[in-house]
Amino acid sequence: MGGTVSANHDRANLLEVRGLTKIFGTLTACDHIDLNIAKGEIHALLGENGAGKSTLVKMLFGSLEPNSGEIFWDGKPVKITSPGVAKKLGIGMVFQHFSLFEALTAAENIALSLNDGSPIGSIAAKARALSYSYGLPLDPDSLVGDLSVGERQRIEIIRCLLQTPQLIILDEPTSVLTPQEADKLFETLERLRSEGKSILYISHRLEEVKRICDRATVLRHGKVVGHCNPRQETAASLARMMVGSEVKAVVRAPAEGIETAPALLQIRSLSRKPATPFAIPLKNINLTVRAGEVIGIAGVAGNGQGEFFESVSGEVLQQDAGSVRIRGKDAGGLSITGRRLMGAAFVPEERLGHGAAPRMKLSENLLLSRHATDGKAFVGSGGMVKNGAVYSAAQRIITAMDVRKSAPDPEAAALSGGNLQKFIVGRELDRKPSVMVVNQPTWGVDAGAAAHIRQALIELARSGSAVLVISQDLDELFELSDAIAVMHNGELSVPLPIAEATFEKIGLLMGGAEPGHAEHSLEVA
Amino acid sequence: MDIAVNILLTIATAATPLLIAAIGELVVERSGVLNLGVEGMMIMGAVGGFGAGYLTGSPWIGLLAAIIAGALFSLLFAVMTLSLATNQVATGLSLTLLGLGLSGMIGTSFVGQPGVRLPNLDIPGISSIPVVGRLIFGQDPVFYISIALTAAVMWFLFKTRTGLTLRSIGDSHTSAHALGIKVIRYRYLSVIFGGACAGLAGGHLSLVYTPQWVENMSAGRGWIALALVVFASWRPWRVLAGAYIFGAVWIGQLHAQAFGIPVPSQFLSSLPYLATVVVLVLISRNKRLTMMNTPASLGQPFVPDR
Repeated sequence: MGGTVSANHDRANLLEVRGLTKIFGTLTACDHIDLNIAKGEIHALLGENGAGKSTLVKMLFGSLEPNSGEIFWDGKPVKITSPGVAKKLGIGMVFQHFSLFEALTAAENIALSLNDGSPIGSIAAKARALSYSYGLPLDPDSLVGDLSVGERQRIEIIRCLLQTPQLIILDEPTSVLTPQEADKLFETLERLRSEGKSILYISHRLEEVKRICDRATVLRHGKVVGHCNPRQETAASLARMMVGSEVKAVVRAPAEGIETAPALLQIRSLSRKPATPFAIPLKNINLTVRAGEVIGIAGVAGNGQGEFFESVSGEVLQQDAGSVRIRGKDAGGLSITGRRLMGAAFVPEERLGHGAAPRMKLSENLLLSRHATDGKAFVGSGGMVKNGAVYSAAQRIITAMDVRKSAPDPEAAALSGGNLQKFIVGRELDRKPSVMVVNQPTWGVDAGAAAHIRQALIELARSGSAVLVISQDLDELFELSDAIAVMHNGELSVPLPIAEATFEKIGLLMGGAEPGHAEHSLEVA
Repeated sequence: MDIAVNILLTIATAATPLLIAAIGELVVERSGVLNLGVEGMMIMGAVGGFGAGYLTGSPWIGLLAAIIAGALFSLLFAVMTLSLATNQVATGLSLTLLGLGLSGMIGTSFVGQPGVRLPNLDIPGISSIPVVGRLIFGQDPVFYISIALTAAVMWFLFKTRTGLTLRSIGDSHTSAHALGIKVIRYRYLSVIFGGACAGLAGGHLSLVYTPQWVENMSAGRGWIALALVVFASWRPWRVLAGAYIFGAVWIGQLHAQAFGIPVPSQFLSSLPYLATVVVLVLISRNKRLTMMNTPASLGQPFVPDR
């Protein structure tokens, strides 16, 4: 007793997990995980994408059934066989991919997760009161499809709090928030902790984990590789625990002579009507990307980035051919292939089904996207495919991008998300395009591979190409952009040169502040 | 006057099976399942209803048998698409083909036999009041069931918690599953309800409309009911409107043909379809409202990962 009692035992454990294991086919997603969460602590669960974090919390919330292992709640062994059982115990969950119904109102969404039969009206009133008391104002009658991602997350949180849980699981809650919205969330979490509630906080953002979490459990390849106090660690040391090796920093050489360089990609007064009731209209977007520079487009998800990418890539044609210009020529009326032939390359957000055909081999996917631009190299006389040339080009890309795979030329769906992304980006880089447009270049890619992709994009720009990167990850944009513009509600701000850009300024723009007012409100604050 | 009342009565009789089958399918589709087997379930209801009525002599037992036949037949679809996660479109189509063939086989001995008919409502003193008496208090029982069913489904879907849950499953089965809602159970019950309704509609055909058994007597009504649900953008009152517009134009063109109006009969026969589509498209102009009412997960197989 006395001195030998570690900090963990100062407070009773609310949740104890022993040897929890989940196997999907040949993949052991979680391998004998041990985890203790004390009452009144914010516990971080750290790990790369694919480390098993989401699988673990799905088992804790009863959406997945473990193959083996034990869970103790308040010291008693429990079997969490369904989300209903988890809720009864007092476990609440805020999902990473929102589990909301777009065609229903906020109040109806909340009602669906409460098991009591109280009428929607009284639930709406309770939700409204609770949301204001936590400083997360919410209109229960609004339709979820009309709400921003940040507002949707408020519904998730309020829905969770209305069940008065003892343990709240948050899965990557800030990945869709502006920095200011994230601050608000942290205040809420600290208040919940002071009320004695426990929080399991899943994130790969190390700075925020250091800021609010009391303890951390680090996962790697489905195994627990360490426990630590994040406040005593540095972001670099936490990253090393997560990745298992040093992560090379991205180097961005200063861009020179950009002002006089030719404009390779020009967007002029681009507008687009929404295709569906919940889509975002594009409003008079102007942007110029010059040879040698990387322009980043920041913004909370669902503010028109997808619509913008479709318009620039040629998935959707423009009525005014001059609204998209590639290398000084009008391209608005051209299809994707037409724009590619002008020297542009595009990497969409969705890898499987959009960036690559899942059931086709990598070499076939290469041919699909480049048969027109590399016709001479890949297609011989009489329209016959030169399989050998395609295969060796695929191998060249695989080597250049360090794509890890199980077979020489596997199907796209057989690769992990990060490795497929490396291949898709590499497929376009291999062409040395003079204009490169990438949507979410490293979403779901592990830190080492992400650094590789970012470095390659910077080098492409420095070799004289124009690079446009759309991303929700502000850290990424600050790492690789020469200037950052912000997309909000279908409008694009003027790009801020990286030297003038700060998280706070960009965050205000992401939240919808007028470009001119962003400066002003900073001065007041 | 009597002619007008008679025409209105025949319109109601023509619209009732469409309305019942469509309301059932509406519930199914609201839960996110697309069952293209309405025609097959309807004809199974028709042959089951006729057979039971013919063998027992009781049209009421016939009606009950029609409901059970439709529900049982839909259970086959439910097992295939929900438990075995087969493609809903292919399974639904084969259900229709199977139903048409199977009913013909079951019904061989019923062909040409006299059937039993459900009696119309007859309240002494009231049903004999001119016009109103016959229109409101003198129709066949299934007519009243169809109106009550429409009202009940409206109330259920939009006023009850269970209805909200059902709609939420149609909007996103993955979200619903994450909340712990029993997606598969709800869908089973919806599909069986839809089958029972289609069976009842078939029973109306062989026990009220034309109380006899004729092969393929559903004559494409199941397909019309399916189309009504979509054109009505999954809203019960619009299904009601659509069914009656179809019924009215159908009867109207029959009379027009009988009068020998100098318009090609093929054009007149196509009028009910045209009119229904035009009217329902016009009332569904509000795209936003249509999107809100469209079950987003319609037709997608759901396999929970556990």
